[in-house]
Amino acid sequence: MHGAAVRGVRPGQARAALVVLLLSLVLTMLVAPFAGATTGEQCSPDASTACIQGRIRTAAGDPAVGVKLSVEGQGFTGEAITDDDGRWSVAVTEDGDYAVTLDVATLPAGESLRNPGDNPRTVTAKLGTAAATLFPLGSGGGSAPSPTPGDPASPTDPGTAAPGGDAEAGVDSSARPGSITFPRVAQQFTSGIIFGLLLALASVGLSLIYGTTGLSSFSHGEQVTLGALAAYIFAQMLHLPLLVAGILAVLVGAASGWVQDAGLWKPLRKRGMGPVQLMIITIGLSMALQYTYQFFLGGGRLRISIATPTSVNLGGVIITHQSLLSTAIALLALGGVAYFLKGTWTGRATRAVSDNPALAAASGINVERIIRLVWVMGAGLAALGGVLIGLYFNVTSWNMGGTILLLMFAAVTLGGLGTAFGALAGSIVIGLVSEMSSLVIPSDLRYAGALLILILVLLVRPQGILGRAERIG
Amino acid sequence: MDWTRILANVVGEFFSPLTAAYAIAAIGLNIHFGLTGLLNMGQAGFMLIGAYGFAITTLAGGSALAGILVGLVAAVVFSLILGMPTLRLRGDYLAIVTIAAAEIVRLIARSTSMTWLTGGNAGIAGDGFKNAFHETCPFPSGNTTVLWWTYPNCYSNSWWLRIVAWVLVGLFCLLVWRLMRSPWGRVLKGIREDEDAVRSLGKNVYSYKMQALVLGGVLGAIAGIIYVLPQAVQADSMGRPTTFFVWTLLLLGGAATVFGPVLGSVLLWAVLMLIRSVMRDVIPMSVLSSEQIEAFSFITVGVTLMLLVIFRPQGILGDKKELAINVR
Amino acid sequence: MSADATHQSPAAAAFADVEHKPGAKKPDPILVADGVHRAFGGMVAVDVEHLEIQRGAITALIGPNGAGKTTLFNLLTGFDKPDKGSWSFDGKSLAGVPAGKVARAGMVRTFQLTKALSRMTVLDNMRLGAPRQPGENLLTALVPPLWRRREAEITEMADALLARFKLDAKRQDFAGSLSGGQRKLLEMARALMNGPQMIMLDEPMAGVNPALTQSLLGHIQALRDDGMTVLFVEHDMHMVRHISDWVIVMAEGRIVAEGPPGEVMSDQAVIDAYLGAHHDTDLGDDSLLSDEVADQLEREAEQEQAEREAENEEGGR
Repeated sequence: MHGAAVRGVRPGQARAALVVLLLSLVLTMLVAPFAGATTGEQCSPDASTACIQGRIRTAAGDPAVGVKLSVEGQGFTGEAITDDDGRWSVAVTEDGDYAVTLDVATLPAGESLRNPGDNPRTVTAKLGTAAATLFPLGSGGGSAPSPTPGDPASPTDPGTAAPGGDAEAGVDSSARPGSITFPRVAQQFTSGIIFGLLLALASVGLSLIYGTTGLSSFSHGEQVTLGALAAYIFAQMLHLPLLVAGILAVLVGAASGWVQDAGLWKPLRKRGMGPVQLMIITIGLSMALQYTYQFFLGGGRLRISIATPTSVNLGGVIITHQSLLSTAIALLALGGVAYFLKGTWTGRATRAVSDNPALAAASGINVERIIRLVWVMGAGLAALGGVLIGLYFNVTSWNMGGTILLLMFAAVTLGGLGTAFGALAGSIVIGLVSEMSSLVIPSDLRYAGALLILILVLLVRPQGILGRAERIG
Repeated sequence: MDWTRILANVVGEFFSPLTAAYAIAAIGLNIHFGLTGLLNMGQAGFMLIGAYGFAITTLAGGSALAGILVGLVAAVVFSLILGMPTLRLRGDYLAIVTIAAAEIVRLIARSTSMTWLTGGNAGIAGDGFKNAFHETCPFPSGNTTVLWWTYPNCYSNSWWLRIVAWVLVGLFCLLVWRLMRSPWGRVLKGIREDEDAVRSLGKNVYSYKMQALVLGGVLGAIAGIIYVLPQAVQADSMGRPTTFFVWTLLLLGGAATVFGPVLGSVLLWAVLMLIRSVMRDVIPMSVLSSEQIEAFSFITVGVTLMLLVIFRPQGILGDKKELAINVR
Repeated sequence: MSADATHQSPAAAAFADVEHKPGAKKPDPILVADGVHRAFGGMVAVDVEHLEIQRGAITALIGPNGAGKTTLFNLLTGFDKPDKGSWSFDGKSLAGVPAGKVARAGMVRTFQLTKALSRMTVLDNMRLGAPRQPGENLLTALVPPLWRRREAEITEMADALLARFKLDAKRQDFAGSLSGGQRKLLEMARALMNGPQMIMLDEPMAGVNPALTQSLLGHIQALRDDGMTVLFVEHDMHMVRHISDWVIVMAEGRIVAEGPPGEVMSDQAVIDAYLGAHHDTDLGDDSLLSDEVADQLEREAEQEQAEREAENEEGGR
């Protein structure tokens, strides 16, 4: 709050000043960065201070502690050391360009700059703002996949727009499209397939729910987050082994699906509520769930497993063992779903209901039971997807579902709303598009590419790849 | 508990510029959904476009008027691009497309590759873009206290901004009132209920939907400008949660009514402020941090939306007989 | 007017020299359609080689369910796009023209499932039907003096029509509160606000209580007497026989017969289409369940299929 002047000391004025002060406190608290718990002193920009800051992570994604950086410019020299979170900041008092140098001798063992020629870096500082700069670590070529840029800011309140911005959102964004070499293409292709498979786990449920009940569930992203956060709680807070944590997380997810259908969706269906109203309800549910997650687990990034992942090199493509395991689990799960849908009676009944509920009911299928099953399965798979995605990207947070949701919709729409196999096909495509687009466009726009595909599909062929034309309109 | 302070906070929300911004965004959404039945889930995208258009123009030296014009023109162009292909889509498809489009706008705005124009993910901070607006202020600089509230006369979160914002709210309410009672509004009402019927009467349904989209989008852009003037232009502050808030307060006040959006905005923000203030007073920091109180207040928003749609979809001012949750 | 009286009406007289076969040419057609084809997936819904509708007469379009009557309506009025075909209305080509434009051109329609706008009042429904209201333009709408006069004119016209259809007492009620039959009347009255030259009624009698049927028939005849062309789809044969000047029969997407009402009803092809080829057989007769009968039916079916395919090949599909 700028310039809160207190004139005189009359009681009314004092009270007004108190109000203003408290308002500022309120605003400051609201501004309190949802960028997660920070340890150590962080520079705060104001009218006479600018901040130059950043966050350094190792190639595996862990914070790089104790790295020294120096800032020079405008007749000023300063230094900073990264704290336990890998963050560093330097306050300067003049606008202008500054050179930031990283002391490579202070990097953690085994780490090196990814672009050693890019040190020192030039940063332009302006009073009242914070400027971030990056020093990505790691060997060239082998990249951990970039974390999902969630919506970090709390939505709406005055001053929520943290003026400095979340420096680490830049982790992936500084990567300008590099040259298109075969190793990079292979790497991105592999990432794309893996991501696509994990996305498919989450999307299948979304597609089946739409097919059987006509509901476009905007809270499905939160089902994914639920799995990841549950795994985090079991693994990191209750210290259960990772495998157990994962299984429990999936069970939690499946149970939440059961509860939702029994307690909310079925009664509303019985009331005859239309699909648009239901959709708006899922939007409210999504908001309530997201902030419940934030309420209990805070606004920062969480890691399900803090073990340092080990990698293996498969023909030039570097994959962590964890990713391989995740891929195997995803393939197993998807295979199971495919077998279920094609090979079992219940599965075929599910496809029938998804195709044409009225007809299915007329042929004696217990539609309500199938819908319940779809909810349980869909939520369980989403939770599994959440656990695996959280492990794959090595990070999760309360709003992870937000970005994933749109990608899921893109995948499901592309593949054909209502068909599970369509969801699989669409997810693979979206995964590939997301990861491979970073070869040609800045990587923080990668999801924009996937979203553009969503829009184009809806315009050109709304029924998707595997859907049928009659479905629309 | 200091009730005077809490009340002052709460009542302060009644005329805060942010409440006005949300009210205007909701009026725009009301034209989309309440009047025409368009499921626009990307109102935040229009807000972003207005805000960035204004800020970029004024930073480059343009006057406030120029900034506003650029924001509006950009919003019109965005509506046309968005509308041309999508207005033929069925309801929930339009919802998905508008969400995706708004998200694309946000991603582009915050991309580091766009830093030269939009400031990337740091956005456009500081006062550079506000000066043009400050220059339009007829009051002398300094602060003024009215009752319990002190704000600067002209600077940033100012009295001038409040006056302008709320006058605009009044103007737009008048506009909507006029339109609703006109033959144009009648056509939209028909389209909301049954497009084919209206087509069979010789009206160019597509054109009307486009007009509604553009008009509501322009209002969204203006809302975006007002939203950023007391703070900074930050892509993430106008994202999907913002759109959903606008929906909640529209449904709360009553879609398809003239004052619903305003009532909804005032009520929602005042109640949120009340909840937060009371909780902060009553609950010690060791039990619940202020971030948690924040989060809790947003949980109530989500739950409110759900309850509204289930039990009272017409909101406070709406008429059940006329209700619009029937969508194009 | 009774069935006999139709022999003397000028509209019926115009058909005196028209051939009684599908696609017959009419002396003064207001609508001429050629080669209209529409298929959904593998199923052919409409396959009309040639169709002419006589101006100023009441033409009935009949046929069993699934014959393609409503689809044809949808195609001609711009609510659906054909795979191929062309047609002209009053000399202007309307193929591929969207529904709104078709209505403005003078060809209006009603719907099988009434589309009375329930959440608007009866009067508002009517006002919506009127053309050329400057207030329907966004900018003009903001300046009431520019459209108030036309609004008054429209309201007067609406009231007159409502009175004619005996709905005037309900003018301020929500259309949703009307009975099914009243809603049909409203839809018809609303369509007339447009001042069309041709009105296409999709099952106007469906769901209307018998007491109202008579007055509805009277209204339709009055429309014709005022010079309007009426084309309606109906299942109620009494109505068809009673008021239509000409009957067109569709089955399986094609026109199978045309002619004056009395004659068409006794056409064998028509009877077959409606009632099935063996309609006069007693299905309760167990001797029909023998294998020979089954084989014979199969052969008949194959023969019909072959005939159809031969026709299609000839038609150069």
